[in-house]
Amino acid sequence: MKDRLLDFHGPRGWTALAVLAFFGLVVVPALNRLLPAASGLHIPDYLIPLLGKFVCYAIVALALDLVWGYGGILSLGHGVFFALGGYAMGMYLMRAIGTQGVYRSSLPDFMVFLNWKTLPWYWHGFESFPFAAVMVLAVPGALAWVFGFFAFRSRIRGVYFSIITQAMTYAMMLLFFRNETGFGGNNGLTDFKQLLGFTLSEPSTKLGLYVASVVALLLSYAVCRLVVTSRTGRVVRAVRDAEQKVMFTGYDPVRYKQFIWVVSAMLCGLAGALYVPQVGIINPSEMAPANSIEMAIWVAVGGRGTLVGAILGAVLVNWGKTWFTVAFPEAWLFVLGALFIAVTLFMPDGVVGLFTTGRPRQLLARLPVLRAGLPRPAPAPEPLPETSEDVSR
Amino acid sequence: MLIRTARRVARWLPLALLLILPALVSAASPAVPPEVAQAVRKLGSDDRDTILVGVDKLGELSDAAALPALEALMNGNLRTLPDGRVVIADDDKGIVTDALTGAQQSAKGLQLNEPIINNRVRRELEPVMAQLRLGAANPEVRLAAARNLAAQPDPDQAPRIRAALAKETVPEIRSLLTVALARLDLQSSDARTRLTAVQELRDSGRVDVKADLENLIATLPNGAPGEPDPEVRAAAVAGIKSIDHRQAWISAAGNFIYGLSLGSVLLLAALGLAITFGLMGVINMAHGEMLMLGAYATYVVQGLFQTYLPGAFDWYLLASLPAAFIVCAVAGIVLERGVIRFLYGRPLETLLATWGISLILIQSVRMVFGAQNVSVANPSWLSGGYRLLPGLVLPYNRMGIVVLMIVTVTGVWLLLQHTRLGLHVRAVTQNRPIAAGMGIRTNLVDMWTFALGSGVAGLGGVALSQIGNVGPELGQSYIVDSFMVVVLGGVGKVVGAVIGAIGLGVVSKFIEPFSDAVIAKIVVLTFIILFIQKRPQGLFALKGRTAET
Repeated sequence: MKDRLLDFHGPRGWTALAVLAFFGLVVVPALNRLLPAASGLHIPDYLIPLLGKFVCYAIVALALDLVWGYGGILSLGHGVFFALGGYAMGMYLMRAIGTQGVYRSSLPDFMVFLNWKTLPWYWHGFESFPFAAVMVLAVPGALAWVFGFFAFRSRIRGVYFSIITQAMTYAMMLLFFRNETGFGGNNGLTDFKQLLGFTLSEPSTKLGLYVASVVALLLSYAVCRLVVTSRTGRVVRAVRDAEQKVMFTGYDPVRYKQFIWVVSAMLCGLAGALYVPQVGIINPSEMAPANSIEMAIWVAVGGRGTLVGAILGAVLVNWGKTWFTVAFPEAWLFVLGALFIAVTLFMPDGVVGLFTTGRPRQLLARLPVLRAGLPRPAPAPEPLPETSEDVSR
Repeated sequence: MLIRTARRVARWLPLALLLILPALVSAASPAVPPEVAQAVRKLGSDDRDTILVGVDKLGELSDAAALPALEALMNGNLRTLPDGRVVIADDDKGIVTDALTGAQQSAKGLQLNEPIINNRVRRELEPVMAQLRLGAANPEVRLAAARNLAAQPDPDQAPRIRAALAKETVPEIRSLLTVALARLDLQSSDARTRLTAVQELRDSGRVDVKADLENLIATLPNGAPGEPDPEVRAAAVAGIKSIDHRQAWISAAGNFIYGLSLGSVLLLAALGLAITFGLMGVINMAHGEMLMLGAYATYVVQGLFQTYLPGAFDWYLLASLPAAFIVCAVAGIVLERGVIRFLYGRPLETLLATWGISLILIQSVRMVFGAQNVSVANPSWLSGGYRLLPGLVLPYNRMGIVVLMIVTVTGVWLLLQHTRLGLHVRAVTQNRPIAAGMGIRTNLVDMWTFALGSGVAGLGGVALSQIGNVGPELGQSYIVDSFMVVVLGGVGKVVGAVIGAIGLGVVSKFIEPFSDAVIAKIVVLTFIILFIQKRPQGLFALKGRTAET
């Protein structure tokens, strides 16, 4: 047992995890609830859902890191799984409104608006929270399973896979934009009132949701850590680096890819479900291809292939986004664009890489001007190119 | 282009002649027969009965020279001078035109008397005008008259239509007149005549006569069939079937043509992507922004022409083609030299880095040109459309895109197949290390190919500016579709991109009638995802050992 625990994390890792948990679960709520509003350290109520949002993004980043950093599968469609989890939760929240909607009908407002008389079949069951909670994981998981089944089986990988995931999220976005699809069309699901009897507008409910998100993040981290330290995780990494060799050794890469792909999708669903009650809305724009690509940059900034990096990256980038979009709204896209370029060119291992491998000299060596003249540096933890033409450079 | 100009001239020539001719005629010889002149003078009378006599007389004489006078009378522009001459007044310009000779003079100081007509006169005027129009020398006038008659045949006109039909030589007018007569003949008491009429309607191939045939087989309120003769009924049923058949063909042809135009747009957007993807195995997410830059280059060229060359404004589009190509090619070179070449062997990261570039380009354009869409006008020679069949109009701008697509694809194909650069591009695409071993400077090939691919996207941007809004996010809406074309067609093959794009365009347009455009898109995307199950390399895979795994 002790070995397994140490496998899971070294002593330093456990300490860091404990600090993180303490900070997220005790310090932040305490600063919010116990300090007087006048105090400089007080965290005002409006910041709590924002922090909760970052935590949800961190879960998404973990999920994406699992497939990209460890599995070498870059998904540009994780927004779909996130949104589906969000929609499942949103459907429960819509049903929980009951007859308190604008039209005082038992049907959700947008259905009354569309002149629908009965609930579509796929809305049944969502009045029960346990059912919705299962669906939060099951729906993204099922979609990922079906998609992965077709994609991995026919050995679609690399940029091809990325494009196909992008097409998937694009198609789903178009589908959800239609009013007839039955998820509120353009406007999505909103005007939520309560969750499990708690009023969503209450600060205490918001704090509760934040705490729940942090707990979910810790659990997700544990799941990811378990996966990557297990034997399965090692096979997954081997698949990333040399899929054909793994195949010839007798493993079936498809099953391993499929496994982390589905786990990742379910984690995304969980994040979406926690995200929706905190921001109060879910609509199809969450599935826009641009959103999913942004998720990749969270992971890239933090550091691919390290779980801590994913969390760090998600929080850093989104903090920056929040700050920039208020302070310099014009400049944010420039910053984001520059981030995409700079991180891929100069910091392939992200922020974490700076501490673990990247002494400043190494960082300098990555500068293109210098590198162009140098022999190719040892490859970063990166899916090794398999085809002859890729190695050529 | 030349053909189109020639056709436009041909179309407007008769009208121009019509305007000029009377002046020429009047100058050369007063060729109007005296009887006609006399009858026209009667039109200017104060007395309605006299006017009616004149109208009837003109109907009898059937000389198209009297048409302007009759039309002016109908529109209340006819005036009489004290000397009895009849003129057409243009109050806006303050001039009068002689109704017969076309001679113009100022209306100032003239004492003009206006004949007053009533509905009785108007009723008489209509058929006479229609008849004169049928006899007019200008085929456009005859065509318009025939079209009116075919839509609303007047039984009183039957003999005149017959007479006009006998003289008519233009096929389209003949067909319209035949339809008009046949529709009248359907009311005949003779079953033979009705049968012939039904057959003529069927043979006319016009879909708008279907209602007439349906009336024949319908059941009257009293339970009797609309057509007593069983043979005629059978012919009507056959006729309806044939018309339906034709209608299906027309709509299929329409779908195909619109699909072709959609496919051309897709192809212009995807061609460059297919080449660079095939060559370097990297995806340029900023490719859509090259389209956008091309469209904005068109906008800038348009502005320059407006300011400096307003006389040649119609030709700004031709100037914007090389401009857009160069702007985008330079942008492509900067992109390749500045970012992409440092990321070889890391295709996923290239994808992310180029996405970053696309964000920066979008925001830059937004700051320079504003976030709102800018308007790029169609030049006059791309406005309007060509009426191919009744109910099937081909807009000139769409056809222009198809032409541009054909020219571009041919150009790219020639470049790839028949130039040294093309040879190198194909060699590097097939096997980079061996090509490098043969002494090909692969990095230069990469750069020029990227320039070519981006330049082609710029041409696509010019095309897009002609059919839709130009805004900073123009490229974003095409990026997924372009990738689908590349995935479907297979990489590095021009023919693959062509078949992929045109196929996608046509298939989408054929699905659309059965569902909405969104569902069509989803169906197509799903189809592609399933398709690459069978052929992960696309429709046209590169042959040989390059095929990975």
